[in-house]
Amino acid sequence: MSGGSDTVRLSPFDRALLAGEEGEAPKLAMRILARMAEVRGAESMLDIEAAHIDSTIYVGDAGLEFAERLAGLGARVRVPSTLNVSGLDEFHWQEWSVPPEWAEKSARQMRAYDSMGTIPTWTCAPYQGRQTPRFGQQIAWGESNAVAFANSVIGARTERYPDLLDICCAITGRAPAVGLHLDENRLATRVLRLRDVPEELAAADDFYPVLGHLLGPFAEDDPVAITGLPVIPEEDQLKALGAAAASSGAVALFHIPGVTPEAPTLADAFGGREPAAILDVGLPELRAARRELTTHAEGALDMVVLGSPHFSFAEFGKLAALLRERGPERALPDEGGCELVVTTSRAVRDLAERAGLLEPLHTFGGRLMVDTCVLATPMTPGTTRRLMTNSAKYAWYSPGLLGSAVAFGSLAECVESARRGRVVREPGPWD
Amino acid sequence: MDRLRGQVIVAGTASGAVLYATQPLSFWGGYDAASGRITDTHHPLAGETAAGMALVLPATRGSSTTTAVLLEAIRRETAPAALITRGVDAFLALACVVGQEMYGRSPVLVCVGEDEFRSLAEWPGLEVEEGALTRRER
Repeated sequence: MSGGSDTVRLSPFDRALLAGEEGEAPKLAMRILARMAEVRGAESMLDIEAAHIDSTIYVGDAGLEFAERLAGLGARVRVPSTLNVSGLDEFHWQEWSVPPEWAEKSARQMRAYDSMGTIPTWTCAPYQGRQTPRFGQQIAWGESNAVAFANSVIGARTERYPDLLDICCAITGRAPAVGLHLDENRLATRVLRLRDVPEELAAADDFYPVLGHLLGPFAEDDPVAITGLPVIPEEDQLKALGAAAASSGAVALFHIPGVTPEAPTLADAFGGREPAAILDVGLPELRAARRELTTHAEGALDMVVLGSPHFSFAEFGKLAALLRERGPERALPDEGGCELVVTTSRAVRDLAERAGLLEPLHTFGGRLMVDTCVLATPMTPGTTRRLMTNSAKYAWYSPGLLGSAVAFGSLAECVESARRGRVVREPGPWD
Repeated sequence: MDRLRGQVIVAGTASGAVLYATQPLSFWGGYDAASGRITDTHHPLAGETAAGMALVLPATRGSSTTTAVLLEAIRRETAPAALITRGVDAFLALACVVGQEMYGRSPVLVCVGEDEFRSLAEWPGLEVEEGALTRRER
């Protein structure tokens, strides 16, 4: 390593952990954190109040061995720590094409993180449950979409925590005092100006994934402000915006003056400074970005998949209404139709079930998957090659992770396409 | 420019053919740890094998799982031999730090400035020793 760890001012508590006074697991976690603090040029560490652990995703033996090393050393989290998706729907994986060896190892990784005193939320949308952080709280969150939501929509403070580091923060209750933990780094430096976007389009659910898709490459990893939005977006729309921008780019914080909590005005978003970069976006750019999310423009589908980030209670309400409105008639999978799959958390599924919102999905023959998503587990057989989704995150990652072609559409288009087993476009605000 | 200096994040010596791109890469959904191939269809290096190479990228992007994928590649010995980034990339740094903790090995990780990064576009191969990068034929 360059320099010495004496460049970071460690507290007496940090040094006690490094010396092993609290046990072997905090010692290992603090050793990794101290090196990362040095890499980041941190002057000191700070206390965190909560963590969200993305390290739960099984991608191979290394992550499992790391989890089991920590668990074997008796690791316990020091702050309330929610868990991100795993590589497995723990109780229903046999219904999918998950290989038993993958299931066994994913389950071991789940048990390792379970054993550390964590909160078994198993969701990539932890901000839509009971463990939502508060404005101004210092937290250490993994999962790129959750980081964007926590910083932007809630005004909590977190860096983009990568897998393996989030759990080190949770075990020590400490994080390097850098980046978005600090006030001065939370001001916008770039602005995306929407030009003449019709209100009807800005109210549509498929507008926000497209906007986020455009935002990512422009913002890179700088805080960015968005102006010119003619409506106040709903929570799920902001969720879709952040997830898209954190896929096509590394966006961890966006401000929408008058909407998000740290930007009552554009001047507040910039702290009085001038933007370093400006991008004007009108209908032509938005239409082009929407087209870019689709690699499978027409024809038959193998699967329609919803729920990245995990479907919320409100989204189940919209889906139920659409399914009821369009009726249960459909092309079945074995007669040229396709599967309809929704990924969500255990908690939201239970609430939606009790509220009667899952009944239309069951009647339709749609399937639910909890704890994970189609990207994080090999649930879809190799024959699933043509997907449709309303999620820019699914659309972005499916070609690389699943080798599939993707059609991006609105929730209504996804439902209608699921009914017919092929890509259906409906007239709407994009025309 | 046939020699340049960068900041050492993870020390070591390595050499390899240069794989260069100006677009950031997410290793999750972008790097196959089984084969060491770049699989992100949005990325210009898609289809290239980066195992054992000198991978030159501005930064990572997107997913938090990039670190777990690079750690898996380190475990399987399908990781690049050297990673050169434009400025510090904390995700790659973490995977390398944990790779040393878990497996006692890691790619060499060096970050360089804007001008140095641009000049690497012309290098067919490189050798890195501490912070010193030297141009090599492939």
